[in-house]
This record gives sequence, C-alpha cells and structure tokens, in this order.
Amino acid sequence: MVITAEGLSKTYRVADKQPGFVGTLQHFLRRRTRDVSAVQDVSFAIAPGEMVGFLGANGAGKTTTLKMLCGLIHPSAGRVSVAGHQPQRRHPDFLRRITLVMGQKQQLLWDLPPLDSLRVNAAVYGIPDGVASRRIRELADLLELGAELTRPVRKLSLGQRMKAELLAALLHEPQVLFLDEPTLGLDVNAQSRVRQFLADYNRRTGATVLLTSHYMADITALCPRVLLIHQGQLFHDGPLNRLVSRLAPERLVRLELEQPVPAEAFAGLGQLDSLETCAVNLRVAPDQLTTVVAQLLDRFDVRDLEISDPPVDQLIGALFHQGRL
Amino acid sequence: MRRYWRSLRRFWGTAFATQLEYQANVVIELVAVALSLSGSLLLLSLFFGPGRALGGWTWHQALVVQGFYTVFDGMATTWLRPNLGSIVTHVREGTLDFVLLKPIDSQFWLSLRTLAPAGLPEMVLGMGLAAWGAHQSGVVLTAAMAITVVAMLMVAALILYSLWFLIAATSIWFVKTWNATEVLRALLASGRYPLEAYPAPLRVLFTLVLPVAFLTTVPAEVVLGKASTPLLATGVGLAAVFFTAARSFWIFALRHYTSASS
Repeated sequence: MVITAEGLSKTYRVADKQPGFVGTLQHFLRRRTRDVSAVQDVSFAIAPGEMVGFLGANGAGKTTTLKMLCGLIHPSAGRVSVAGHQPQRRHPDFLRRITLVMGQKQQLLWDLPPLDSLRVNAAVYGIPDGVASRRIRELADLLELGAELTRPVRKLSLGQRMKAELLAALLHEPQVLFLDEPTLGLDVNAQSRVRQFLADYNRRTGATVLLTSHYMADITALCPRVLLIHQGQLFHDGPLNRLVSRLAPERLVRLELEQPVPAEAFAGLGQLDSLETCAVNLRVAPDQLTTVVAQLLDRFDVRDLEISDPPVDQLIGALFHQGRL
Repeated sequence: MRRYWRSLRRFWGTAFATQLEYQANVVIELVAVALSLSGSLLLLSLFFGPGRALGGWTWHQALVVQGFYTVFDGMATTWLRPNLGSIVTHVREGTLDFVLLKPIDSQFWLSLRTLAPAGLPEMVLGMGLAAWGAHQSGVVLTAAMAITVVAMLMVAALILYSLWFLIAATSIWFVKTWNATEVLRALLASGRYPLEAYPAPLRVLFTLVLPVAFLTTVPAEVVLGKASTPLLATGVGLAAVFFTAARSFWIFALRHYTSASS
C-alpha cells in the first residue's frame, strides 16, 4: 500500500466570538474557544497505481485530509503513511515522491514564462539540466504545450496555466499525486484534456492519484474507486456505482406506451415518478426489477423501455445540498 | 550543498528577469534612490554647521555612518524587503504550502528566493559616501582594516536579517495585523546618525536591545580607528544570538502552522 490512514482525526481549536462590538470586547477580555472536529477516525488504504476520487461537500474535511497526507498538517490522532514515510516529518525523500496541485493556487512565477519556474523547480529538486529538458519536452508533448512555455504566465489562458502548473508539479516524477480541484474553472474542452492527460500519465508512470473535484465528470472518467467524506467521516470507500446504489437504491425505469394509461394502473409496480400521456417514469427496487418489467410488458402495450441508474451528479449534488445522508 | 548553489543561481536569475519585465520601474526606482539620498545628506548637513561636531563626530566622520546607513537601506530594498515581506503574502494566500512541500530548507527559500536590483545603486552610493567621508577624515586604508570592516558589515547584515526574519515569522499567527517592515525601516533609520548623537538611555537600547549601533556606528568606528576589540566581539556574539533565535523561532512557528492551517 502506498497510502494508509488509520483512525485519522484532526481537531481545530477555534475562537468562539459573538458578533458586534460587545462580542469583540468580551472576546478580548475572556477568550473562549471550542474544538471543531474536521476529520474523525478516517481509515483507508490505497495501492500503488490506483486512481481514487475524493468526494465531499465544502467543509466536509477533504482538504484537511489531503493536507495531512502531504504533511502540511499534523493529525490530532491516528496514523498516516505515504510512500513509506510519515508525511508530517516532511523528509526530503518523501517530498521528492509526492506532489500537490491546487486548482485555486499557483506556484508558477506570474511575470515570467513557465520555463523559468520549471528551471527553478529542477534546481530545487536536484534534477540535472539535461534530464529536466527531456522531461519538460515529454510532458509538454503530452499536455500539448509548446510556445506557451516561453510566454509570461500572466498572458496564458486559465487552461494553459493549469497545464503548465501540472508540468511544474510533475517535473520531479512523483509517485503520488494529490490533486485538489485540478480542473476548477476550466471550460469543458480544457477539463477533458486535463482528464485525458491524467489518465495517460497514470498509465505510463504507474503513479498513484488521489483527486478531489466538484465536477463529477472528472471522477467518473478517472476514478474506479471513490472515497466520500461527509462531516469529517468516511461515508463510502469503493466503486462509484456502489456509492450510487447506496445513495439511490432504486433503478429508474422509463416507459413509452402506445396508448395513455391512468396512474392507478401502475399500483404495485414501484414508485411512479412522472406520467405524461404516454411517457412514464418509475422507480423500482433492484430485487423486484425483473418481476416488475415482466408485468409491465405483460399488462401494457410498450413501445420502448429503458432501465438506468439515477444520474450520479444529481444524486451527489442532492446529497451535498441537503447536507445529510 | 551544490543543489543549494544551483537553486540560488536560478532564484536570482529569475528575480532579475522579473525586474526587467518592467523597464519603467527600474528607472523610477533609480530616481527615487537619488532623491532619498540627497534628502538625507541635506538633513545631515543641517546638524553640522562649519566646524561643528555631533557627539564627538565631525561632518566627514558622520558621513561614514550615513554611508553605511545608505548601504543597509539599499540592502533592505534589494534583499530583505522583497523576500521577508512576501512571507506574509505566502501565509495569507496559502502558497506557503508550495514552499513547505519542496525538498529544500524553507527558511533558505523564503530568505533568498528573490532580489530587487533597485537597491544596488544605493549600496554602491553608500559605499562611495563612506569611502569619501573616511578619506576626508584622513583615514589610510589598510588590508587588516578592510577585512575587519567587511566582517563587521556582514555581522551587521546578519543582525538586521535575523531581526527582520523574526518579525516576519510572526505573520504565521498574525497574518497582516501590523506592518512589521515599516517598524524595522524606522529602526534602521535611527542608525543614520552616530550613536553618540543620542542620549544615554537610547544608546543602551540601540546597542544591546535593538542593536542598531552595530549596523552603522560600529563599522564606521572600525574605519575611523575608534572601535575596541570587546565591542567587535559583542557584535559577533549578538549576531550569533539573533541568528540562532531567528532559526529556532522559525522551526517553532512552522510547528504551529502545520498543526493549525487549513
């Protein structure tokens, strides 16, 4: 296992302050704090080469967990091991094996071409010039970056900048990639190019990837396995489709009939979602699916029938929106 | 060690390249330096009428102090302000994370990542002013004196850096609650005049608590043959103490940062 977390917890002490002048005065005279638990008893293990999606609403504890895995935050309790190291020690050998990409923050020098930042990184990681140039060429090819590398960063588009950020983050050939919203703010085309690159990179190098994203398309395209963290606790660890069946245990049956049928006719055939003249949507429990479909075909004049899972982004969106499971 | 040298070359190479991106800035900075230096000289000349002395220092001797002050002011512009001033930005914007994830000492990175060449002319001017003041005071430069002066200037630079870094490191807690660099600039400005120009309580304060005396007056005393060996030893000792304090405080601050940031 390249990443293991056992009983990982993080508690922050935050100031408890009432609004307004009186609150400020009280806070100044008698400081009251309370403990906020950001991550509670989270355990998981990730094998080398896996691509794992990390889902959770804002404030669910995703970034805190990610920062504990990078060694930027000390856990309050529990054990972490990444690439054979304890991250919080930030041993240089550990730092050479990992990388962190944050969609909202950039490490490239704003006023200079990306190539200058890349050379700084090469020096800091102790990569010889020849090797660095070869890696830059290879990665630039994969990322479809060319003239952009010699143009000041401030003159690049958001998508080009993100690709250059990825190049800077991968120059030292890390084994473990922590990607925090790498496609944030990119248009659909740029998103899909970044996705394609990450898939290729993972295939070529066997690097382990832990990815957080608000775009479900990133997760469905890249991550066979998903960790879902909710209110600091691990709610799901497994394939995405199992998460879907947990969140919405019913299947969606869409019917198109030859003649309109009254709603009562569907009694006992699952839950009727909608009925518009000849188009019918039903929700059916998986264990009753075959019986219900057989009865539907038997009782009605069916022109078309389609069985599907409810759309995953709607489910997860609803989950985040409701804030409860 | 070679990796650190190579990194430093890259750091400063990119710093100069960044400056050159904005040509007009370079010209403006040069004009600002010229104006500020003439202002300082005018002010200093007001204290010294013909034949008058300030705290036992003649006009030309005081110019040596003013010269060294100008050198350190230039050093602050070139080295300290751009590097240590950006620590607070790194903390506020969260980009300190990138620095902490590099396999290189974070204090090294934060202290030497960039240079602003705008202060270099000021440093050259300052050295010139000090040399002229010394020459006019009848000083004959010897090799031993030159080595001692350079050593004391380095000691002074180390003290100033350590103080500045100590204050900049508190931004881990306070982020932007007060403008530390301005306080230090004001402190440095008090080093423009010979220490003896100040009343006795301030002299003690400027020697031992906030060692401004070691920045300008002591190197000037070396040039003018006024410095005593115990004073020089105190300077070296203070530099060691301040640097160790800055280093230990940074390690302590990081422990706090890494257990509290989100």
